[in-house]
This record gives sequence, structure tokens and C-alpha cells, in this order.
Amino acid sequence: MSSIRTIGTVAVNVFRESVRDKVLYNLVAFAVLLMAASYLIGQLTAGQDIKIIKDLGLAAIATFGLMIAVFIGIGLVWKEVERRSIYSLLSKPLSRAEFILGKYCGLGLTLAVNVAVMVVAWYVVLAYMATTVPPDVRAGWTTPATDLGMLRAVGLILVELMLVTAIALFFSTFSSPFLSAGFTLGLWVVGHFNADLKNFESVVDSRAAAWFAHGLYYVLPNFSAFDIKQQVVYAQAVPAGYLATTALYGGVYIALLLTASVAVFSRRDFK
Amino acid sequence: MSMDAIRTEALTKHYSVGFWRPRPYLALEGLTLAVGQGEVFGFLGPNGAGKTTTLKLLMQLIYPTSGTAQILGAPVGSTDVKRRIGYLPENPYFYDHLTAEELLEYFASLFGYGAAERRQRASRLLDEVGIGPERRLQLRKFSKGMLQRVGIAQALINDPEVVFFDEPMSGLDPLGRREIRQLILRLRDRGCTVFFSSHVLSDAEALCSRVAIVARGRLVASGPLSEILAFQVHGWELVMSHVPVTVLECALKDGRVLKALPLGPDRYALDLPLGTPPERLLADLTSAGAELVSLNPLRETLEDYFVRQVAGAKSARGLEEGLE
Repeated sequence: MSSIRTIGTVAVNVFRESVRDKVLYNLVAFAVLLMAASYLIGQLTAGQDIKIIKDLGLAAIATFGLMIAVFIGIGLVWKEVERRSIYSLLSKPLSRAEFILGKYCGLGLTLAVNVAVMVVAWYVVLAYMATTVPPDVRAGWTTPATDLGMLRAVGLILVELMLVTAIALFFSTFSSPFLSAGFTLGLWVVGHFNADLKNFESVVDSRAAAWFAHGLYYVLPNFSAFDIKQQVVYAQAVPAGYLATTALYGGVYIALLLTASVAVFSRRDFK
Repeated sequence: MSMDAIRTEALTKHYSVGFWRPRPYLALEGLTLAVGQGEVFGFLGPNGAGKTTTLKLLMQLIYPTSGTAQILGAPVGSTDVKRRIGYLPENPYFYDHLTAEELLEYFASLFGYGAAERRQRASRLLDEVGIGPERRLQLRKFSKGMLQRVGIAQALINDPEVVFFDEPMSGLDPLGRREIRQLILRLRDRGCTVFFSSHVLSDAEALCSRVAIVARGRLVASGPLSEILAFQVHGWELVMSHVPVTVLECALKDGRVLKALPLGPDRYALDLPLGTPPERLLADLTSAGAELVSLNPLRETLEDYFVRQVAGAKSARGLEEGLE
């Protein structure tokens, strides 16, 4: 049996486990409710309603996606080891690398399906909004309510979530869920301010601190690069080259993290 | 010459214990073992002896500090070996969200079986281990004994050539134990090698052709069960009826009979020492009118042997540690 098929088999089981998890349903239901509520919030603002719904929708997809990525990602490997279900699994014709990659792909599939559900709910709210406003208000909009160009932002959110998942998975190969959550969320926060580290020498006098900050800039993932929400909401141009480069950047980080996860996991003793 | 099903050479595992001042903890020391194909091999020892450590090393769930292990002539952990073996971990736990059927089909899919074959194998094995309509319930609702049965079924999903059971009778009721014993014997009859760890000696006595005993991480004895117990004959038990009391008293006095246990009117079970051939006493008693009921060698039970070996290992280790 090929490795790809083995990885796919593990991934499908992870997906099945996720969709049977009530926590996931609660998260997605809450996100969809929030999008519906954004319609009401939009009513309170004058002329900015459609932008509010777009903003809130993208923010909800990013935030709830992050919660799914972190809280399911940190338990993926830990739960298997803690509950000892890994003992039976690893005695089957499956390498530890295939196990890690299968887990990752399974959560990626779960994330993609959940983001898709949230996006559909978001576009339904936007479409409804478009039918309820008078034509003269609609004429003042810079882009249509259901502008498919916004999917570019969703695409980069998905790449960002896959990167967060890879970080959570990496930490879960050797630490507890509590520590993994802390490390992952910590890296996510620092990664959003990564661009500031590059210009640290203009803020501090210490050469050593500046070098250290510069080093961190290259090591830590730059999460702010994936955030093009404002651009798509305000219909600003986002070059295709930027999208491709950023996706590639995310892909390289993911590959490095998965390699490190496999390396750590392959040496681990299951006492 | 046929290749061994399992072979270990000086297999050793040390753990590091303690966070601030790590100290080595010896879980297994220099285990050298060979198990032939088609054998039912009992791996015995008290709790903490190193049985589960050995099985985890054979499954490559942990890596050895030194030494080697092979299954069916190939190094442990390779995918080719995994295709030909089955493993039941101690106190198995599976995915809560899956049903027993789904779990078995999932594991079968890792062997590359098609959908129809997966269903057929899962159904057959669940029948074999006695899981009925509850096979469609999620495993979170299963009792310990039912999980154990599912664990045994998943270990056999690929019709393995070698199967490893870690405490297979754990959590089973007497009926379940009997069914699993019969299952192990059926596996043996099919030519499957069964390696099982246990501290329940009656299971080993009923099932095994050979056993190994480990204590405190070291192999203290191994060999065919018949040899281990045959070597330990320590006397004879002679059961006779219509025994004349005067002849019996005389035999007790001169040491030809060590103990006489009355079983009924004129009927006794007599313990004879090993050094004296029983034929002369038998001739004397029969000529005095007694009738032979049975004559058997008095053997040490596996439990006696086990207790003696484990106690020996503990005192030797204690002495070693004291010298260190």
C-alpha cells in the first residue's frame, strides 16, 4: 500500500473524529451565528453596513479557524499517546512519518471544510443584505456585496491556519496540550508583530538585542503577511504574485515544521 | 532449518528517571530469546518484571538502549514485518468516536484491503471474539472486557503469522477467558506463533509449549514447559484402596512413606520420597491385599517454580545492588 494511501486513510479517520466532536460543531455554529449577528450590527451603522459584515465575516473565519486549528491540533498526537491508542495503530503497517502526515492532512481537511461552511454562511448573509438595501445605496458600494475577490483573503487565512496547525502539531509531538496551546498561541501573537522585529535597531541601542531581534525575524513566521482582509474589503489591488509568494512562504514553513515533527516523533519512546 | 519467529539478542532498555538528577532505571537487561514458528510461548513475570517493555521493544514503540530484535528474520519495526504480525497492547484503548466495526475496518484499510474484504474480515473476527450487535455502538460505551475482545480482534485483522498478546486475559470473565484460550489454541492449530505475556500461570500451563520467566528486567528461566516441570519431580503419589493399617504404619516408620492422607475407608493417598523406587512398596502393599488406584510423579507446579525463580532473582539482584 502506497504511503499516500496510508496517509489518506489516517487523514480520513482524523476528519471523522473531528466531525463527531461536539466542540467543533459548537465552534462552527457560534461562528455562523456571529456572521448572522453582523447583519444586525450593520444596521446600527450609517452607510458602512456592508463593510462591517465583510470585516466581521473575515475576522470570524480567521478567529474560529484559529481556535479549531489550535485546540484540535494540540490534542492530535497527545491524545493518541496519552490514551495509548497509538500502540495498536503503530503496530500496523504504518510509519511514524505517515502517522504525523496523516494527522496533519486530516486536520487540514477538517479546517478546509469548516472554513467552507463559514464562507458559505458569510456569503448568504451578504447576499441577503444586497437584496434588502435600496438600489441607490447599492450603487454607492465600491464592490458588489458578494464579491468573489474576497476569497483571496480566505485563501490566505486558510494557509495561515494550516501553518498554525503545523506549529500546534509540532509542539504536540513532545509536550502537553496546555504547553502546546501556550507555545502555539504565543508564536501566533509574536508572528503578527514579526515585521517590527526587523527594524528593532531603530528602537534600541543595544547591538546584541538588535541582532537577536533580527534573528527572530528570520526564524519566526511572519503571520501579518497572510492578512489582506482590509485590502479585499476596500477593494484594493492584491497582486497575484504576492498571493503566490505568500502561499509559497507558508508552504515552506509548513514543510519545515512537518519535517521537524516527524524527526522528533520518530525518536520518541512511548513509555 | 526453519527460521525463528522471534529472536532477541542481549536486548536491553534503560530509562532515565528523575528530572533534576536523572538516574538510569533498568527496565530490561540483556534479554536473549528465540521463539520458534508455530509455538505458543508464554512470557511470564510479576508486575514490573519487563514483560510490557519487551513487547514494546518488539513493536518498536520504544527503542532499545542496546541489543537487537528480529521478527520472522527481519529487524523489528519494518513495514514488511508489521504486515505479518498482530499486537494486543495491555489494557487496550481505542478511538471513542468509532464503533467496533469501524475500528476494525479502519485497521484493515491500513493493510490495503478493499472495502468488501474489510467488512468481511471485521465481521468474522467480531463474531470470533463474541462481539454481537453491540459492534455498532461507539467504543466509548464498551466495558473493559468488551474492549479487550475488540483488542484481540484487531490484532488478528491481517491473519498474522506471529501474534503478540500483552495480558490477553485481563478484564475478561471466566467464560471470556475460556473463549480466548480456545481462540489461542485455534491460532496455534493454524500455524500462527503466539507470544503472550501474563502473570496468570494457569493460562500459561494450559496453553504454552514453552515459557520464559523474567523478573526485575532479567530472564531467569526459559524452556519447554514439559522440561521445566519434569525436572522438578520431587516424589511420587501412590493412591491405594484396602490398605492394611499395620503395613502402612510400618512404611511410615521406616521412611518409605512420607505422608498418608486418608481419602475414605481403607483408601489413602501416600507421598513417597523420590529416592526410593515405588515398585517395592507397591509390591508389599498389593501382597498384603491392597489395590492400586493410581501412581503419579509429584511435580512442582508452574506456580511453585515461578515463585522460586522470581524469589531467587530478587535476592540475587538485592545482593548485587548491595555490593554496588
